Amino acid sequence: MSSNKKYWKSVEELENGSIVEALRNNEFVEEIPTDEFLGNADAMSSSSTSRRDFLKYVGFSTAAATLAACEGPVNKSIPYVLQPEQIIPGVADYYATSVFDGFDFANLLVKTREGRPIKIDNNTISGAKFAANARIHASILSLYDNMRLKAPKDGGKDSNWSAVNSKIKSSIAEAKAKGGQVVFLTNTLASPSTEKLIADFIGVNPNAKHVIYDAVSSSEALDAFEAVYGERALVDYDFAKASLIVSVGADFLGDWQGGGYDAGYAQGRIPKNGKMSRHFQLEANMTLSGAAADKRLPMSVANQKQALVHIYNVITGSAVAVNLAPEFKAEVTKAAQQLKAAGSKGLLVSGIQDKNAQLLVLAINQVLASEAFTTVGVREIRKGSDAKVAQLINDMKAGSVHTLIMSGVNPVYTLADSASFVEGLKKVKTSVALSLKEDETAAISTIAAPVPHYLEAWGDLVLTKGTYSLTQPTIRPLFDTKQFQDVLMSINGLTGTYYDYLKAYSSSFIAGSTWNKVLHDGVFVGAPAALSGGAADYTAAASALAKSKSASGLELVLYTKTGMGDGQQANNPWLQEFPDPITRVSWDNYVTVSGADAKKLELSNEIVANGGLNGSYVTITTADGAKLENVPVIVQPGQAVGTVGLALGYGRKAALKEEMQVGLNAYTLYKGFNDVQSVTLVNAGGEHEFACVQGQKTLMGRGDIIKETSLEIFNTKDSAIWNETPKVSLNHKEVEATTVDLWESFDRSVGHHFNLSIDLNACTGCGACVIACHAENNVPVVGKTEVRRSRDMHWLRIDRYYSSEETFAGDNERKENIAGLSSSLSTFNEMEKASDNPQVSFQPVMCQHCNHAPCETVCPVAATSHGRQGQNHMAYNRCVGTRYCANNCPYKVRRFNWFLYNKNSEFDYHMNDDLGRMVLNPDVNVRSRGVMEKCSMCIQMTQATILNAKREGREVVDGEFQTACSAACSSGAMIFGDVNDKASKVAKLASDERSYHLLEHVGTKPNVVYHVKVRNT
Amino acid sequence: MKKVGNHNSNSRKVFLCLAMMLSFSFSSFAQDAAPAAATEAAPAAATAGGDPVKGKALFNSNCAACHKLDAKSTGPALRGVAEKHDMAWIYKWVHNSSEVIKSGDAAAVKLFEENNKSVMTAFPQLAEADIDNIIAYTSEVKAEPAAAAGGAATPPGTNVEGGSSNNVILGVLALVLVVLVVMLFMVNNVLTKVAKANGIEVAPKAARTPIWKAFVKNQFLVLVSSIFLLLASGYFVYGFLMQVGVDQNYQPIQPIHYSHKIHAGDNEINCKYCHSAARVSKNAGIPSLNVCMNCHKNISEVAETTATPEYSKAFYDAQIQKLYDAVGWDKATQSYTGKQQPVKWVRIHNLPDFVYFNHSQHVTVAGIECQTCHGPVETYEIQKQFAPLTMGWCINCHRKTEVKMEGNGYYTKIHEELSKKYGVEKLTEAQMGGLECGKCHY
Repeated sequence: MSSNKKYWKSVEELENGSIVEALRNNEFVEEIPTDEFLGNADAMSSSSTSRRDFLKYVGFSTAAATLAACEGPVNKSIPYVLQPEQIIPGVADYYATSVFDGFDFANLLVKTREGRPIKIDNNTISGAKFAANARIHASILSLYDNMRLKAPKDGGKDSNWSAVNSKIKSSIAEAKAKGGQVVFLTNTLASPSTEKLIADFIGVNPNAKHVIYDAVSSSEALDAFEAVYGERALVDYDFAKASLIVSVGADFLGDWQGGGYDAGYAQGRIPKNGKMSRHFQLEANMTLSGAAADKRLPMSVANQKQALVHIYNVITGSAVAVNLAPEFKAEVTKAAQQLKAAGSKGLLVSGIQDKNAQLLVLAINQVLASEAFTTVGVREIRKGSDAKVAQLINDMKAGSVHTLIMSGVNPVYTLADSASFVEGLKKVKTSVALSLKEDETAAISTIAAPVPHYLEAWGDLVLTKGTYSLTQPTIRPLFDTKQFQDVLMSINGLTGTYYDYLKAYSSSFIAGSTWNKVLHDGVFVGAPAALSGGAADYTAAASALAKSKSASGLELVLYTKTGMGDGQQANNPWLQEFPDPITRVSWDNYVTVSGADAKKLELSNEIVANGGLNGSYVTITTADGAKLENVPVIVQPGQAVGTVGLALGYGRKAALKEEMQVGLNAYTLYKGFNDVQSVTLVNAGGEHEFACVQGQKTLMGRGDIIKETSLEIFNTKDSAIWNETPKVSLNHKEVEATTVDLWESFDRSVGHHFNLSIDLNACTGCGACVIACHAENNVPVVGKTEVRRSRDMHWLRIDRYYSSEETFAGDNERKENIAGLSSSLSTFNEMEKASDNPQVSFQPVMCQHCNHAPCETVCPVAATSHGRQGQNHMAYNRCVGTRYCANNCPYKVRRFNWFLYNKNSEFDYHMNDDLGRMVLNPDVNVRSRGVMEKCSMCIQMTQATILNAKREGREVVDGEFQTACSAACSSGAMIFGDVNDKASKVAKLASDERSYHLLEHVGTKPNVVYHVKVRNT
Repeated sequence: MKKVGNHNSNSRKVFLCLAMMLSFSFSSFAQDAAPAAATEAAPAAATAGGDPVKGKALFNSNCAACHKLDAKSTGPALRGVAEKHDMAWIYKWVHNSSEVIKSGDAAAVKLFEENNKSVMTAFPQLAEADIDNIIAYTSEVKAEPAAAAGGAATPPGTNVEGGSSNNVILGVLALVLVVLVVMLFMVNNVLTKVAKANGIEVAPKAARTPIWKAFVKNQFLVLVSSIFLLLASGYFVYGFLMQVGVDQNYQPIQPIHYSHKIHAGDNEINCKYCHSAARVSKNAGIPSLNVCMNCHKNISEVAETTATPEYSKAFYDAQIQKLYDAVGWDKATQSYTGKQQPVKWVRIHNLPDFVYFNHSQHVTVAGIECQTCHGPVETYEIQKQFAPLTMGWCINCHRKTEVKMEGNGYYTKIHEELSKKYGVEKLTEAQMGGLECGKCHY
């Protein structure tokens, strides 16, 4: 049933399969070009190296290598002179900390080895609410970024901190004397002590003010919330409590209002007692939330506004005039009625950047009395005011700002009207940029002052009201840096360290606990009260929203990518190489265009012979004349017609390695801090080469790799119907594939037997696991051109499948109705239409650790073998690189080291400099050229857990075994453990009726278990 | 005194044995260290008539923690202390020094100031006779170190001597042989001449095919010998290749001559006192210098008896000084200067990066003695690599070593199941899965 559904990885695969067909037959897309090399007789004969010379070189180098190999190198071992008490070489230490960089936030546990942080884990202590996303997991590499600002600079020349501090002080004094303004321009701080230091300064310096600037604005939502509840904050929704979710343009699984909703949402998505939440998504771009939705309606933002008013009408019974396009009316009404019926179990969220729209969100949730909507513990992570930033730029241009101190912001890059800011900055007497890097802003400021990375710094955070998190250093500052707070203390005339200040100031937040306890836990949870809400004129807001003009031309919807976010970590190779969950494109941003618009504008994507994806270029022009030239195009299934999407955060140049200077700066189109712009697109000619992994590693037409069903069928039918075991023929009789075996089975009943369970219902495609795997296993970065050649090294990939049918009933009906050519042609046309709004499934795939592994039987040197604990081992030093195993792997999870990726200037990423290599995990081998590698099921972690238990003389308890991916998964989609422990969570999951293995008919008996995706359609 | 050979090649041993057998003579190899030079100096001016032998025992048990005879330690050097203070004062001081200081005694206050104001423990239990004995010991004249220095100058070992006598015997033998050959030749000549004179016809030798031609003609012999040659060369080439990268007996010169023999052998310090990380970590850890200073704060020189013919006391003391330089310890002021210079040891045991080895697994869980893999370290003057550290060596041990499971809660269930499976009570590491590639290679 489920396997009858047609799945496709790209539009190209759906439409025209010839190249895709050819590619799917090759494990390695490119032949080794021996013919090209040897067949060229001219080049061979004109070569100055004769055959004799060649043999001489070979002989000499072989002899030299042999001689060199006979003598081992002399290694030095340098112990500590005075060993710190808590550091034992070879034993990891963990520190709880928290991060907020103005965009992302999380409660963390940082793993350090010999005093250097090497991995970020989620803090799982109760009260630590926010798990790390892919960017936070990758931020550990940004600590070791060689392009960081290493010492203060004054006017472009090297300076020192005492000179810089005294210069700032004297400038402030001068400002006071001359009556000029002193302005602090910062990101949202969410740090009470920092805010106190700034407030104290402003208290004695009335000419000073504090402007908060969020690069990606949530200003409207803040304005609306402030208007009703009197506080500039955001609601911290509890998605776990919602059984019906309607999202109008809110990508809450992405970065909407800070994100971090995966865990709660996923909780409601796992069917329990026949129930799961239902999710309607109305959106323009295809987002992670849209991908997870049960019903997704692609519509322009103008239509979303009308739809929101329409929903408001249905919920409250008002009758505000609405101009909703007729094709959406039925579906939106259905959603609204179900929302109304759900009552307090319903939830409406919206990402429309319009104060009226955000007021309606509050109104609707108030009327529903939604349990998921709570004003207890509101989010304090966005405070920016667009109006104040605009005012500051005007003040700067007018010359009334004397001293400008910036921290955590890069306005020259992130402001749409960057030119005005630069013009204003010239009129500022002293500008100070406190920054991690000499970025666009720091480069033209009077003083560029380096600040420590959050892993080197102290700090306090109030992420949500009533909680208090501490940031603590996990390594001594690598460079000559000082915290923003140190500078604030210096200008406030305070002596002592910020640490002492912080410790003293924390006491008012941690009543009933102690500093040491909170520092150990990383977080303190108080008892916040609900905000008392007023009301606003919602009807007026609704009618104003209904009347808002729709833009002419195409609607450009700006968004942030899962990998890059607001672009702070653009110099992070892990994030650059991270394929976008939806488009599967890495190393780029691009404009996503719907199929219909692409046809109209004559834009296309095509897969070329080497498996790479090419796309047209367009020039984007906004209504007020801002232009972005040569933007590559991705034709995105599910993109609402009449809209195009473009990601922020790319196109940075300053303080970036050359390889990372990719994409285009979409902030230049972010006019008026509005994520929706009216634009025109013109085909600019030429073809862009993408590094897209979506067409790569195809599964040779074995479509039943994804199994899904609807909640109705799941609840009413037997599991044999919706989770069918494949049949094979044995002695001319059909039998279940799991009962037939070519091999003798090993006895795995003794000791541990590891299984990894992946629930396709809970997986949101967030990619935290991919980056965590990178960090844990020293996975190399290969760069854009190599990714394009399908030589990416990701041990864990998240496959994204589109499926064209809306329901299974429709699927069956259509199949049965196919009779003859004409009918199949019409079906094909309907499929075309279906790609306008496909369903999306994510499937994390790593080595399946087959009990009967096909790779093991073909290895000529026995480099890959099986362990009793269920792991498929890979002995790198034994591998001779025949790549037979990769050819024989039905899951395409093996990765070949085509080159030496460390200490190789051809791959100038983190493994090519001493600083970047500090992130490497010393317990895992760094692989060399010419060997195969793959997921090891984090055997270094399972072995360490076993050893700890042995040393302590106890059994391993459930939940102790983890892999990097399962530990990083905050949505609970990945559960790891020992199935021989019958009471364990994973043992229950492995025998669940939703569980299945990939390609069961191949008979590989994998140790990774998937769970059938159930859609509540 | 056993000399540790750097290059103990088999061929040389064989050659030596051969030579000895030929010589039919035994030459003495044993040469013990020169008798300890510390001649008992006669007690000089036995002030209080105490017994210096009893005094030495008392000194070692009560005073040696803070005082040395000839050097300043926590307290001042005590040799000749009787000449500085009168006995009554010394009795008072030893019984309760702080009272003497409190009383304002000028000498006592000065002494207190000179020694970083550290208070000396009171010894009311020492009778005056005991103190007399100690003073008698401290009043002994310092022994001349000349004997020890002389000992170091003598050539170590008699190998050279033995070798030369063998050579002489060999030379004589060769000469005898040559003489025999010459004599044989001459006898032959004489006999021929006699034969000629007697008119006896000596049959001329038939022209024989040269032996190499005969050899080439004999196809069978050629085949057999080439097979033999190939096998032999194969054997040696294999042997050569297999020892590439195997650093057994690697014994580099270290920046500080650290003697495990003195520490772990003579003084019986537990391995894990210094290599404490071996209990909990994958690394055994080279001890940080602050661990050395736990003892060496007080031990700034070695005892006379520690010196060997090969390494003099001065040599060892210089090594301790190297430690002080590295850790920044000023012996004179008994304080840290803050000037540190980490020691760059030469790494001896160096597993390749693709092998994961965990000390705590073997030391704490399995309870294996350090010596099993590292050899009799307590006899090593210079540390060396005892085991070949090859994979075969690891695997062989895993095959035959029985896992110590008793009393470890982790193993209870596994032991029960596995012993049922294999039908044995004791399980080897191999049966536990210790031969799987991925257990060590990841």
